Amino acid sequence: MSKFLTISVLTATAASGIRLAAPFLLASLGETMGQRSGVLNLGVEGVMLLGAFGSYYTVLQTGDLWLAAIVGVAIGAIMGLITAVVSVTLKAEQGISGIGVFLFGLGMSDLLYQKLVGTPRPVAQLPAVNIPFLADIPGFGKMLFRQSLLVYLAILLVPALAFVLNRTTYGTKIKAVGENPAAADSLGVSVNRIRYSTVVLGNALAGLAGATLAMELGIFQQNLTQGAGFIAVALVYFGAWRPWGVLAGSLLYGLVAAIVLQWKTLGIIPLSASDLAATAPALITIVALVVVARRFRQPAALAKAYERGA
Amino acid sequence: MNRKLLRTTSLVALVAVAALIGAACSNKKTPTTATSGATTGAATTPAEPFKVAIVAPSAPNDLAFTQSMVDAVNRLKDQYNLDIAVSDSLFVVEDAAAAIRDYASKGYDLVIAHGSQFGGSVQEIAADFPDVSFAWGTAGDTFRLPNVFAYQAASDQGGYVMGQMAAALSQSGVIGMVGPIEVGDAKLYVDGFKNGAVAEKSTVDVRVNYTGSFSDVALASEAAKSFVDAGADVMTGSAQMVVGAVGVAKENNVAWFGTQSNQTSLAPEVVVASQVYHWEVVLSQIIDAIKAGTLGGQTYNIDLANGGEVIEFNADYALSDEVKAIGDAAVQGIKDGTIDTGASA
Repeated sequence: MSKFLTISVLTATAASGIRLAAPFLLASLGETMGQRSGVLNLGVEGVMLLGAFGSYYTVLQTGDLWLAAIVGVAIGAIMGLITAVVSVTLKAEQGISGIGVFLFGLGMSDLLYQKLVGTPRPVAQLPAVNIPFLADIPGFGKMLFRQSLLVYLAILLVPALAFVLNRTTYGTKIKAVGENPAAADSLGVSVNRIRYSTVVLGNALAGLAGATLAMELGIFQQNLTQGAGFIAVALVYFGAWRPWGVLAGSLLYGLVAAIVLQWKTLGIIPLSASDLAATAPALITIVALVVVARRFRQPAALAKAYERGA
Repeated sequence: MNRKLLRTTSLVALVAVAALIGAACSNKKTPTTATSGATTGAATTPAEPFKVAIVAPSAPNDLAFTQSMVDAVNRLKDQYNLDIAVSDSLFVVEDAAAAIRDYASKGYDLVIAHGSQFGGSVQEIAADFPDVSFAWGTAGDTFRLPNVFAYQAASDQGGYVMGQMAAALSQSGVIGMVGPIEVGDAKLYVDGFKNGAVAEKSTVDVRVNYTGSFSDVALASEAAKSFVDAGADVMTGSAQMVVGAVGVAKENNVAWFGTQSNQTSLAPEVVVASQVYHWEVVLSQIIDAIKAGTLGGQTYNIDLANGGEVIEFNADYALSDEVKAIGDAAVQGIKDGTIDTGASA
């Protein structure tokens, strides 16, 4: 354990945890928007996969990382529009339609990868960007200020979304639609318009989450996200539908995963316990979810389609 | 029919179609096209094609486990007049089991369940189709069923060879190994590599990280970064998720040794050599046995001596003659039995 408790190893582990948390955070923030307006989207995983492939393929063809990020966002937004049509306009059962979106994203991303790329082909990775002066702070500098721009963006979106939800008229409308859409409707708020906007924006963030993952790795492979989209949905519950709570959940998951990896590398976890240790991030998050989520109530209209006069 | 019912019916249909498209895209059954037959032999070409199906957990061109089998079957295509079908990307065991049963019910001569996680499915399904031959691996257990073959790779042998070269190459004395789960040929490879490295240089610090997943590229990448942070200047790894780790090796100019398939194309700058599986060595024996009337009950191995494992060097990597000679000597030593890798499954 003494090998772990050194400044260099601790900061490297924390930096790894933040890196691992970023895709979860982006996807969870997007899902938070949708759920606060009453729309449950279980298709996050599929949207992330499509965003990941789209951005990867863009880098492969153009080498332009920023264009790739935009493509990831655009794919997410398009999938969001489709999700909104199904969930809001057609009023489908949201859980079932979300699974459909997931399966579509899983299969389509794999199909496109096989047809357009074929075999693993590495592309340029997102470079780490050192924040002047701050990156040179011993310990904290490497941990916080030597990350890629998309990691910074993910973290900055937390206060931004908290501000939107808590300090703007738009945020008030989102929460009103998620709690009591009939009352919001009677006050002149367009329930469908609000829900369309949150689902499209939320899925755009899910697409960006996939793009972040693919560009951090510089590669795409079938089922690249490995269930990250579903974990992101769970983290929304963990975070009690609040951006700061979602940040805490994402960091917890990422840091536990990073600590487990570091302990394996240092030999603190014996090889015989490696497989068991790999489940630690999920187990700890589930325990925390149970403890935390019981203290908060979900949006009253979550997963309920709204029909005027019904 | 009222509007609500009509809408609900339409939605169910829409979701079902989306799900079916996704599932169909994900679980592909791909009749493969011919590739040039690399194997020469005296076998005659029968009039009726010999039908072989491969059920595999990842993509057919993953530069790792699945590709090693798909390539091998295609190498035998002309020699045995094979009719080949591939169901790839079946990382969900239940989906793979459905594919295995489907091929068996369609009368395939040989159904290959390529993955140690498919053993339970093979054991169950093979008993229902006594006239169909099954092969599965990497494993050594045929479940005492007369229609099940097992195949395994002595991956520790190539691992040992490359471990010796890795220790000779390393300047820092730290070597990192990324594994999936401590089982099968991955465990053998890791153990063999580690033993080879220590045999070459007893002071070398070999670190092993089993991520717990055969396919989580992000975890493999982070494990590799932790090795780089620890000072590793040589790394290796097993299974299809290592593409993430190879990227880290390339980014940090760390030498990389591959296994299962030739991984040079992933990072020509840093890949030193790869242990490549040639499953056709055992597949030809299995097909010959089936044609002779034996549908199973035997276990086959690939290793350096029978040519089922080959160390392929990256011609573009500036490997010193001295280090290459260490590798060549290790290959010879394992072939003639003077070197024991010390690894066991």
